[in-house]
Amino acid sequence: MTTIELKRVANVIRQDIISMLVTAKSGHPGGSLSAADIVATLFFNEMRINPKEPNWADRDRFVLSKGHAAPVLYSALAEKGYFPKGELQGLRQTGHMLQGHPDMKKTPGVDMSTGSLGQGLSAANGMALAGKLDGKDYRVYALLGDGEMAEGQVWEAAMASAHYKLDNVTAILDYNGLQIDGKTDSVMCSAPLVEKWRAFCWHVIEVDGHEIDALLAAFAEAKTVKGKPTMIIAKTVKGKGVSFMEDQAGWHGNAPSVEQGEQALKELREEAATLG
Amino acid sequence: MADKQATREAYGKALLILGAENSNVVVLDADLSKSTKTADFGKKYPERFFNMGIAESNLLGTAAGLAAAGKIPFASTFAIFAVGRAFEQIRNSIAYPKLNVKIAATHSGITVGEDGGSHQAIEDVAIMRAVPNMVVLVPADGEETRQVILAAAKYHGPVYIRMGRLDVPLLFGEEYSFEIGKANVLREGTDVAIMANGVMVSMALEAAAELAVEGINVSVVNVASVKPLDEETIVRVAETTKAVVTAEEHNIIGGLGSAISEVLAERQPTPIVRVGLKDTFGESGKPNELLEKYGLTKATLIQAVHNVLAKKQR
Repeated sequence: MTTIELKRVANVIRQDIISMLVTAKSGHPGGSLSAADIVATLFFNEMRINPKEPNWADRDRFVLSKGHAAPVLYSALAEKGYFPKGELQGLRQTGHMLQGHPDMKKTPGVDMSTGSLGQGLSAANGMALAGKLDGKDYRVYALLGDGEMAEGQVWEAAMASAHYKLDNVTAILDYNGLQIDGKTDSVMCSAPLVEKWRAFCWHVIEVDGHEIDALLAAFAEAKTVKGKPTMIIAKTVKGKGVSFMEDQAGWHGNAPSVEQGEQALKELREEAATLG
Repeated sequence: MADKQATREAYGKALLILGAENSNVVVLDADLSKSTKTADFGKKYPERFFNMGIAESNLLGTAAGLAAAGKIPFASTFAIFAVGRAFEQIRNSIAYPKLNVKIAATHSGITVGEDGGSHQAIEDVAIMRAVPNMVVLVPADGEETRQVILAAAKYHGPVYIRMGRLDVPLLFGEEYSFEIGKANVLREGTDVAIMANGVMVSMALEAAAELAVEGINVSVVNVASVKPLDEETIVRVAETTKAVVTAEEHNIIGGLGSAISEVLAERQPTPIVRVGLKDTFGESGKPNELLEKYGLTKATLIQAVHNVLAKKQR
């Protein structure tokens, strides 16, 4: 896909996030919107996947370690055709497939059940170890949040990825700087993250997480790195694309009202118009 | 054949059988491979053995990922660290998605001995039993451990296997047959039943033999499969004996005694006496001295049988 096409996909994903959260009346818009460009680039350009065969043994895997951003994943999966788009309106509702946090048993295309923070990179490592054992060339992508950096298990896993030279693992940090209780730096300072990941023997790339070309280049670079895993630290804006949600911790875990949703969709449709 | 063997020893040997049989079997440990006995597998199949260092959360989380990609991981450490440290990884990364991970925990109970109460898991069965999708197995001797491990590998889904450090009597030969979800009646009796697992099974058999001399006819049931529980056998035996003693090297809260009490309370109300740790932690000491001190002996079982018979006659 071209850059402009990926931008259009990211815009559609953002619109889906808003409309499904309005219907669900709960969920996490901020960290879903901040990851939309990353997820669009992965699912529509980078990853070797086949929606008709969600359990294809040779597919690339995606682990949404920051599982509360499930809406961004669900939208990407629906747009790819893993399930009908109508399912998005069942988000968080009794008896529907789209759980509040990703559930691999219920949703085709979800490679790992997540939601309890800190656990995704360990699972990604396990998949990567299995791939190496089986002589398969699939890659494993894990998307983490910056608030999640406070979880000790992240660093246990980081050590293990490097120890086992898992160059088939690419982690992406959605570095939006905010978490539920406020600025990540004030809740629990995890900086300096570039230095920390380098010190854990990872190849580290810093990008603007909303620049499609930069993301494409980073994913391409990650594939060339041998003998160590790659961490892409993607600087993002929480709530990106909706003016009143941008950079507001309050939009971490609150769904927009119908009126707020209409305003957000209006802005996103205006953005879409500029993308041709 | 030695007359005693620790279940962890049998585990290490069973892994070698599995390693040869199935190339999808992988083993993970957290710097305790010499104690958990996974080290031999590591030597024979180094490419399929992953030492995760002293990081139990990551040990179980990585096992989940290996299972999600088609492997059959056996993740080993001491019971206290597997169930204690990594509970939520087991719950959310393994049991919730029903991934095919075998949590093979050793050094359970007070027979850990000298390392003391901090290292003696006495609540692991209760915790694992409460988690949906989890199978909970507690083998009594070497042969049963071998069969438990092979059965766990064949079964698709999460399994918690509780093993010990202490050498325990070898009770069963190859003709013995363990099945997930089945209890084994080792001795038929009509007066009272002792339902036990793990290290308590051999003591139950000894107690039954001694009670026979007194003219008390004791049924002994080995309940290695705590979950799923063989309700039919438990109810059938209780129907006959009308008195039950449960015995486990575990807190009496939440373990085998609780599981059996729950079933019998609903289906076949029966006088019960539970033998186990009385809601107390262990301490440092020689395993056999600790068993004595905490009331996990043949003598305690005999007393428990007399107590439950008194209740039955009331």
